[in-house]
Amino acid sequence: MIGRLVVIALLAFMTLPTVVVLLASFNPTAILSFPPDGLSLRWYENALTYPQFRRAAVNSVIVTATSALLALPIGTAAALALVRHPVAARGVWAAVLLSPLVIPGVAAGLGFLILAAKLGLLANRAVLIAAHVVLVLPFVVRSVMVSVVNLDPMLERAAASLGASPWRVFRRVTLPLLRPGLFAALLFAVIVSINEFVVSLFVSSRVTEILPVAMFTYVVNYTDPTMAAVSVLFIAATFVTVFVADRFLRLSRVFQIDEHQ
Amino acid sequence: MAAAEAPRGGRALGLALLAPSLAAMALFAVALGALFQFSLLEFIPGSLRTGGLTGKNFQAVLAPQYLRYIWDTIVLSVLTTVLTLVAAYPVAYALARARSARLRSLLLVLTLAPFFTGAIVRTYAWMLVLGNSFVRWPVKLLFEPEGVLVGLVHFSMPTMILILAAAISHIDPVYERAAASLGARPARVFWRVTLPLSMPGIASGALVVFAWTFSAFPTPELLGGGRVKMIANVVKDLALDAFNWPGSAAFAVVALAVTFVLLAAVSRFLGRAAAGGGHA
Repeated sequence: MIGRLVVIALLAFMTLPTVVVLLASFNPTAILSFPPDGLSLRWYENALTYPQFRRAAVNSVIVTATSALLALPIGTAAALALVRHPVAARGVWAAVLLSPLVIPGVAAGLGFLILAAKLGLLANRAVLIAAHVVLVLPFVVRSVMVSVVNLDPMLERAAASLGASPWRVFRRVTLPLLRPGLFAALLFAVIVSINEFVVSLFVSSRVTEILPVAMFTYVVNYTDPTMAAVSVLFIAATFVTVFVADRFLRLSRVFQIDEHQ
Repeated sequence: MAAAEAPRGGRALGLALLAPSLAAMALFAVALGALFQFSLLEFIPGSLRTGGLTGKNFQAVLAPQYLRYIWDTIVLSVLTTVLTLVAAYPVAYALARARSARLRSLLLVLTLAPFFTGAIVRTYAWMLVLGNSFVRWPVKLLFEPEGVLVGLVHFSMPTMILILAAAISHIDPVYERAAASLGARPARVFWRVTLPLSMPGIASGALVVFAWTFSAFPTPELLGGGRVKMIANVVKDLALDAFNWPGSAAFAVVALAVTFVLLAAVSRFLGRAAAGGGHA
């Protein structure tokens, strides 16, 4: 009983900030009060019309779409190579591909900033996209690798023995069987890229900055609840994504939490 | 994966498939190489050009005005690790031992939601909670180490819960039932059976969270408000405000080194645990 109350309290602690943001976003005045004096959508209007947020939202879509669509084939190819082909030093390559997960953001960000300066590409969107591809790749490789390991090679051999060319086997057998893994990979890529902040802060300018960077700048400079409205829109989008993903992917399997009754 | 199972195509195709990803990683390696290089070059004030080789940037890391931030980083990381462990364990246990699939799903979504919400939104939310707008706190929390600590624990909880839940779910409940049937009370079962068996998860979770917190950036940046700084905030101040890239690079290299040592310890530890104890 006490145990259950403790768990509920801890879950409340985890969700408390989300609830507070939600309340603040509908607050009628810039000064927050609880309970609120009424409800208002003015901060949502503000958020949706603030030019820098609009520009940043467009940048976010460009950067996330480009980097996810680049990382998906690159990472899928790597996953196939690592699981299927007799590549020398497989473990080393796998570790290298997963390494961006563990590099501190400020180190990666400053590294890319210095590299951009050396190449004369300061404030160029290409650097931002390249950095996102690198940061997203580990998630793609890991998701697709799980699918490739579970793929029965007999199915492909059967297709080949019936006369299908290697390309046709890949298109008609391998890819369809990998679809859940590819879908999970794309989901991870989009969520990681759209939320990426630290590295993006280092390698973007006011013109190329993505939403999290614009939000950070806004919080540092202004205190009105416009940020709360943006946050709610962000949270809503992510919640829907995660919920849908859990339905389709059984997230507990992705995170290796076994059922054990 | 026996080699015999691999389709024909062989080494050449394997390398061709691997090539694009290795090119991306090579770019990353060059960026990190540039970081190391700059950490050893002399800073010329007022210029992005650098001077000759020097060790001064690393000496500056230990200079009195920065030593304070390094110390704060270590203290906050230790406290965050301990508090996150204590706070995450009950939730992880509930998640791993949930009776119904629906409850498991609910707990998982609640755990993952902040994980997917993004650092800025979460940190901003804590600014609202810790500032005195909704609740009047008896002590000042925002822009104080205590407030940063709350934000850091909140930030690390989903990761810790997932790592611990994976470890706890691998413990066969038969052991706990056996202890209980032999007369051990629930508390004793927990201390003598469940907790020791979840040690691999506790150790790796603690190391991952410590390493992660050590280079935390948005949480101390916003909740510290310039009064509380951790190593990553110094990196940003030096790089983006003072344009001292060499000095900033030295701090970034220190953060990188600490992270690597800790995570190497995790993988050794996990490797040994996997080799040593085959679980059900």
